[in-house]
Amino acid sequence: MTQKGRGMVNNRYSRQELFPQIGIEGQQKIRKKHVLIIGAGALGTGSAENLVRAGIGKITIVDRDYVEYSNLQRQQLYTESDAIERIPKAVAAEKRLRNVNSEITINGLVLDVTHEELEQLVVGVDLIIDGTDNFDTRLLINDTALKFNIPWIYGACVSSYGLSYTIIPGKSPCLNCLLETVPMGGATCDTAGIISPVVQMVVAYQTTEALKLLVEDYDALRNKLVCFDLWKNEHTAIKVDGVKKSTCPSCGTNPEYPFLTYERQMKSTVLCGRNTVQIRSHQGQERDLEELATTLRRQEGTVERNPYLVSYTLSPHRLVFFKDGRVLIHGTNDITEAKTLYHRLLG
Amino acid sequence: MELILNGKKTELPDSVNTITLLINYCKLKKKVVIVELNGSIIEKNDHEGTSIEDGDQIELVHFVGGG
Repeated sequence: MTQKGRGMVNNRYSRQELFPQIGIEGQQKIRKKHVLIIGAGALGTGSAENLVRAGIGKITIVDRDYVEYSNLQRQQLYTESDAIERIPKAVAAEKRLRNVNSEITINGLVLDVTHEELEQLVVGVDLIIDGTDNFDTRLLINDTALKFNIPWIYGACVSSYGLSYTIIPGKSPCLNCLLETVPMGGATCDTAGIISPVVQMVVAYQTTEALKLLVEDYDALRNKLVCFDLWKNEHTAIKVDGVKKSTCPSCGTNPEYPFLTYERQMKSTVLCGRNTVQIRSHQGQERDLEELATTLRRQEGTVERNPYLVSYTLSPHRLVFFKDGRVLIHGTNDITEAKTLYHRLLG
Repeated sequence: MELILNGKKTELPDSVNTITLLINYCKLKKKVVIVELNGSIIEKNDHEGTSIEDGDQIELVHFVGGG
């Protein structure tokens, strides 16, 4: 018997098959599906483990970062040795996931996704799950998913707060309809902290919706934007169908997929000979330097401020933030490393 | 003024009497916020001109980037 056929006879999925909304037929559908997870941080590792245990036919998980000690509190696929050896998250995740389930196909890719790469990654994919930590990548996922008619599930969390929404091309409003403007800055897990149960809750919402989509039980979808604060004991789910706009440049009647065009993408350049990377956010909004300085003063490292810029030193890097949204990241020539630092601090 | 905010009874100063003022009061001014007032979504352009009253049921959902 092939390795792949074992799940059928070893009762591996029996409890899931006993759940009538999935059943044996649903399990067979799940077995044929391919899910792409962008980001292997807290949300990405949680979703990946749930879906791998559920027996999804193929999982691709993509991440640009490596494992650090500060990840271990909530990023469930990683161990101390991954952090000590600074193993790329996609590599460490793939290894652990293969140990969990050897009967399915698992691909971990160490990659900083741009729109060209994403367009290749989505070929043959049935569903995309958001495990990212920033709006730039999410809007890239949004436009790519809409262009290729693939559902995707937004999820995000910080502190004790989390939210999720399932985007179905042609039916639901998209992330661009919901956001209208791209939020600049704001709290991130690296600046405001996070507790792990919030991650688990968002992952539970994301992967339950994923299972519904994978077994094609579309009537069971939540159809609501859900958010909660586990510490404040708040829970809200609202219908946002009315937010869908026919004029939306991402999902309206004449879509232009703006976040797939060069102008709207985050631009990063290595400044030659300066050991510096410049990042220019696409958002074109003014940065609130006072608020930024206040946030950064709560972190490790030193903050200096003048009317034109904020300088933040966290050895071996120094980040200089300008009012026009540009950031110079000194101490590296590596665009991926620079972007990782940028998103950790600014979301 | 007392209203139901995200499912919880909440006491607000009477001066907080529009959606925009409520968003500021909740320190969500810098965030993208979706607002539902008594079951209907209030578009962003209408936040300023929409007043809130005693007994209103309001849901505020703000977007965050972490993950």
